[in-house]
Amino acid sequence: MKGLGTSRFFQLPVLIGVFLLGVYLQRSGLIDGMLYYWEDIVYLTNQHIQLTIISGSLAIAVGLPLGIVLSRPRFIKVSEWAMQGLNIGTTIPTLAILALSMSLLGIGFVPSVFGLFIASLLPIVRNTYTGLLGIPAHLKESASGIGMSAGQMLLRVEIPNAANVIFAGIRTALAINVGTVPLVFLIGGGGLGELIFTGIDLFDTEMMLAGALMTALLAITVDILVAACAFLMVPRGINPSRA
Amino acid sequence: MITLDNLTKIFDTDRGVVSAADHINMEVPQGEICVLLGPSGCGKTTTLKMVNRIITPTSGRVLINGKDTSEQDTVSLRRSIGYVIQQIGLFPNMTIEENISIVPKLIGWDKSRYLKRASELLEMVAMDPAIFLKRYPNELSGGQQQRIGVIRALAADPPVMLMDEPFGAIDPINREVIQDEFLKLHRELKKTVMFVSHDIDEAVKMADRIAIFKEGKLIQYDTPDDILSHPINDFVKGFVGRDRALKRLQLVTVAEVLETESSVVTAEDSLATALQRMTDAGYERAIIVVDGDGRPVGYVSRSVATTTKGNCGQHSYNLRTLVRPEDDLRTVASKMFTHDATWLPCVSEHGKLMGVVTQRGITHHLGATYKSSHAKEQNLQHARVAP
Amino acid sequence: MEILDFVMTNLDLLGKLTLEHIALVGVAVGLATLTGVPIGIAITQNERVATVVLYVASILITIPSIALFGIMIPILSTIGHGIGYLPAVIAVLLYSQLPIIRNTYTAIHNVSPGLREAARGIGMTSGQRLQKVEIPLSVPLIMAGVRTAVVMNIGVMAIAAYIGAGGLGVLISRGISQSDPRQLVVGAIAVSLLAIIADRSLLLLQRKLTPRGL
Repeated sequence: MKGLGTSRFFQLPVLIGVFLLGVYLQRSGLIDGMLYYWEDIVYLTNQHIQLTIISGSLAIAVGLPLGIVLSRPRFIKVSEWAMQGLNIGTTIPTLAILALSMSLLGIGFVPSVFGLFIASLLPIVRNTYTGLLGIPAHLKESASGIGMSAGQMLLRVEIPNAANVIFAGIRTALAINVGTVPLVFLIGGGGLGELIFTGIDLFDTEMMLAGALMTALLAITVDILVAACAFLMVPRGINPSRA
Repeated sequence: MITLDNLTKIFDTDRGVVSAADHINMEVPQGEICVLLGPSGCGKTTTLKMVNRIITPTSGRVLINGKDTSEQDTVSLRRSIGYVIQQIGLFPNMTIEENISIVPKLIGWDKSRYLKRASELLEMVAMDPAIFLKRYPNELSGGQQQRIGVIRALAADPPVMLMDEPFGAIDPINREVIQDEFLKLHRELKKTVMFVSHDIDEAVKMADRIAIFKEGKLIQYDTPDDILSHPINDFVKGFVGRDRALKRLQLVTVAEVLETESSVVTAEDSLATALQRMTDAGYERAIIVVDGDGRPVGYVSRSVATTTKGNCGQHSYNLRTLVRPEDDLRTVASKMFTHDATWLPCVSEHGKLMGVVTQRGITHHLGATYKSSHAKEQNLQHARVAP
Repeated sequence: MEILDFVMTNLDLLGKLTLEHIALVGVAVGLATLTGVPIGIAITQNERVATVVLYVASILITIPSIALFGIMIPILSTIGHGIGYLPAVIAVLLYSQLPIIRNTYTAIHNVSPGLREAARGIGMTSGQRLQKVEIPLSVPLIMAGVRTAVVMNIGVMAIAAYIGAGGLGVLISRGISQSDPRQLVVGAIAVSLLAIIADRSLLLLQRKLTPRGL
């Protein structure tokens, strides 16, 4: 319950800060300026969220099974190589991934989703793999010793006990994902990036801030949502935030 | 019953071929605890793990109640064998209840039955189900976790249990307690148990039979008393320790060496009577004074009885300590040293005098096996030796 | 082939942009180390403050870089630096705080209590303990934090080209706006290589800095 205590500790100063900021923005006319773009904000936010959901779920749907398969002993040779590749892959900047995706697939929705998918895939595969590999040998010995089949062992012992690490991977992946979505505007994918980049080009502060604040808000919301999922779905016995 | 028939395991390692188990032949009778004992790397764990096929044998057979394990489906074989390891291996993502119920659940018991079983087992190791069922392993102490490890293995009532240094990671005091608990449990349930240990004291305490391993070979397979009194070679002799005669003490109870024909006096008897009875019974030092119900209340020494007049009540000394018939001789010897005594009275549950244990009696009992050893070796094939 | 030609004819530009990129990230992460390490050490004194600081830093890092630039531009415009290298350097400075502070904090926190007691037992003052025991033992983990920061911010700096900060992102942004695959691919590969090389060489440095006994 440490987390709760901390957030309560924060609440007051944060509330006051937000209130003061609001007052300042209102008086400077910025809020009215930003609200001028309300329809765009709604439309683009929608698009933004769709991009995240589609590419994020694809990355999870592919990354989890891939991580599981790589962690099986019979693929050990392949997976050592694959992990080396993934480690290098995760250092590649997301803008570069998008640029390469564009040079392969052109512009629009498909290269955008593909780029986002690749950028978020790597942490999920990597964490699933290391999480499953990190299950202590004695747990696996116990599981097979009491007569679990390989499938039962995976579902009842390995995945639940790797859940912390796997969720950390998903959290990183989605943070990268929402952080990269504003950039897909550059390769014709739409989203809130449109307000930010156009705002910068036109020196239109209201437009730019509308996009930037909304993007930041979405990013923080997604992070909190994933953390909440992890809190609820990781079994209590191994959940550090519920100890 | 577990039968190992020429069981062999050969590992291919970087340093060449290693036979971790070399033509092991042995039999663990129904309901007995067999301890596999030896230094690390001697093949005891490999042998144990071949029984439930965690390690696949290179050659040879394992039979459980006469059935060859290699002909059974590995998963269902393991479900019929309880398995306890040193690291315990409780699943941290499951509650205690889920941990205990896992095997019954896998073999398809219905819910009410396995839940009832979980509570029942917790009570058997003196843990309150109301408190512990819903806890997680990380909320339990090491000793509590290992108790759960043991009862999880017992959950589906398997006839056979394999235990790989199960109490090795527990501190000495708790280890004693949990060993006693396990022995008590075993007396009720009568499982056939194969138990790996590197601790000779644990082996002597737990085992009906001890199998001593060295470099993949079974060196000696015998009862604890025979292992201690007749180690087959210098390796076994060294392994059981130079104090092996003392270790035998804990295998013998007071009842086995009790001298029951004790002559006694009461408080009202005169010292002259006391002296007379000592002489008649051949007691050199003293005689016990009992009350009307036959409970020992003190003793009169020979020197007092020879030099003084009066009755026994006035001139008796207090008894410093008593023993019970089920005490082992190690406890008795320890009490003798503590109280500087050469004999101790033994009393029943109700405090009645049953007889005395003497140092001479103990020595005699231990010595008897050595004296008969020559004859025994010629008549009995008590020790089976690997070639 | 086209791409190779482009590289050969534009070696100057490529070199200039790479150096610019390295300089920007280097300055920003260097400054971040100067602030992050002391903060990380300071917060080991108070668990409550530590939770707050780490929480704020972790919120900060979830804000997408382009959004952070966007938020900073109007603020920095007031001093005439809305566009250019300043917002980029500040953003990188902020992003670097979390990995550096967190790793420093964890490293110092994880120095075993036994060791700390031994140091106290032989009569070291708390300053000496920090200097002779805690910091040397923490160097590898702090370096790992710096490495994370560098790799992450090479990517952030590429995006900063859009606010006029320069660096290799210029090639990507031009490649996109001029629909020129040569600049696009060369920029993307160059920035990726820079990140990979930085990662590997900092890993080597990290191993070099690890005391032999660890």
